[in-house]
Amino acid sequence: MIGDKPKGLGDHLPIIYPAVMLGVFFIIPFGIMLTISFFKRQSGGFYAPTFDLHNYQNLFTPHFARVLVFSIFISALCAVISVAVGFPFTYFITRMRRKAQVVWLVMLISVLSLSAVIIGFAWSLILSQTAGISNFFVRLGLMAHPTSWSPSFWALLCGLCYVAFPYTVLVLYPPLSRLDPHLPEAAQTLGASPIKTFFTVVVGSLRGAIVASLVMVFAFTLGTYVLPQILGRPQHWTLSVLITDEAIYHSNLPLSAAMAVFFMLVSLALVALTMRIGKGRTVEHK
Amino acid sequence: MNRALRNLFLTLTLLFLLSPIAVVGGVSLNATKILVFPPQGLSLTWYSELFTESSWLIPIKNSLIIATFSSLVAISIALPLAYFLWRYRVFYARALFALGLSPFMLPPVITALGFLSFWATVGLYGQMTATIISHAIFFVTLPLVTISLGFESIDREIIEAAETMGANSKVVFRTVVFPLVRSYIVSGYAFCFVLSLNEYIVAYMVSGFTVETLPIKIFNALRYGYTPVMASVTVVFVLLAALIFGLIGRFGDLPRLLGAMTSENRNL
Repeated sequence: MIGDKPKGLGDHLPIIYPAVMLGVFFIIPFGIMLTISFFKRQSGGFYAPTFDLHNYQNLFTPHFARVLVFSIFISALCAVISVAVGFPFTYFITRMRRKAQVVWLVMLISVLSLSAVIIGFAWSLILSQTAGISNFFVRLGLMAHPTSWSPSFWALLCGLCYVAFPYTVLVLYPPLSRLDPHLPEAAQTLGASPIKTFFTVVVGSLRGAIVASLVMVFAFTLGTYVLPQILGRPQHWTLSVLITDEAIYHSNLPLSAAMAVFFMLVSLALVALTMRIGKGRTVEHK
Repeated sequence: MNRALRNLFLTLTLLFLLSPIAVVGGVSLNATKILVFPPQGLSLTWYSELFTESSWLIPIKNSLIIATFSSLVAISIALPLAYFLWRYRVFYARALFALGLSPFMLPPVITALGFLSFWATVGLYGQMTATIISHAIFFVTLPLVTISLGFESIDREIIEAAETMGANSKVVFRTVVFPLVRSYIVSGYAFCFVLSLNEYIVAYMVSGFTVETLPIKIFNALRYGYTPVMASVTVVFVLLAALIFGLIGRFGDLPRLLGAMTSENRNL
């Protein structure tokens, strides 16, 4: 039964509805967006059908370039921090008993599912003057007065890492839980210290997974939209904010569509890169 | 690694993950309309306001309706597709599966802008139906992955046995296959539901000015100053997510579900 070729319309019946839904509501919207990116904007939020590349030519303003560079910079920084902390963390989790693993995973996935709006609000509170941790430091005698640390670059970085960290752990969890537990044991039997074992055997044999997770977390963070507006200043706004602003507040759908298409090409290149790295993994233990 | 060092590291990570939520929880208990931590006086005023004020009740209702129906639509797409892919291994089913995974790989703003262009062209911009369908497509990845995993985990010999006993493929599906994948369908629905409740940018781009969902309401309210109600709504959201994922963790195979979600994404 399994693995046959479908014969006739009857066998194809189950796939027609999903195909229509994904075609109409996913492929066609992309087609429309792509088409609009070649259109010309007219006053009042309308656009006229033309076909030229002026939106793409108008894309590369100094402002756009600055926002693009900043988005890439903060996402890369966040990816490096999240993987550097998330990798040993995930390693510890996978070495726990199954029940403890599930408790940690439930917590991480609950945090990951939280709306960025809620996370932004929570971080702006904890970094605020009235309710923030600076009050706690004052009480400990480490600081003289409570201060506000948000909005700022560091507040934004904290918020981004808070979102990216659970994601990083979930990305690293499968390869780390597949790692043969005999491997670190063997290294320690041969006289390596636990820390040396971790850095040479565990990190070494999962180099591919680490690089893949760096790219995935980077791509994930690159899409951030809400946090820069709550925790950052206008100079910390990312490409997603720029695209939305252009579409909603400047009613320039053609230009924002062109930005989105450009952004999509960057992201697809990243996904392709991840898959190449994923295929090139040398050591894998099932 | 060194045990003490390991425990210190895990504790610090736990603090990092839980302290923002703890502060919000504390702030939500303030007796007066101020946001201070530790709270001054204890009261549940801000929780009752959440469920009595219509300015909060309407977004709550909208969000619940959208999450309920968009997850249903997502399941209705994912279940037949996952079934077809498992039953017949043909390339176009694989291509559709990859298509179903892609909303999760792209930055959300791109998909959101695609939806915006589409609904504006069709003339449904600003309608709740548009948000429901957009969310269903945006989150179809989750039930698609969980349900496919459910099909993969079925022991083929059971099906062969049922067929040998004379069951046709409809009967096999109803009596053998469906009961075995049911829990995976429920997990897929739960993932979809929670994420739809929390989603901001697609809902905002598609009909943010007419259909206010809870995240949109919170974000709008943030611009006009903070109130403790935002803290109480946050606590409710955290508890809801913890409850739903806790149930999946308790009754489902969470490590396996998560393993499938990330590794399948990467291998395609």
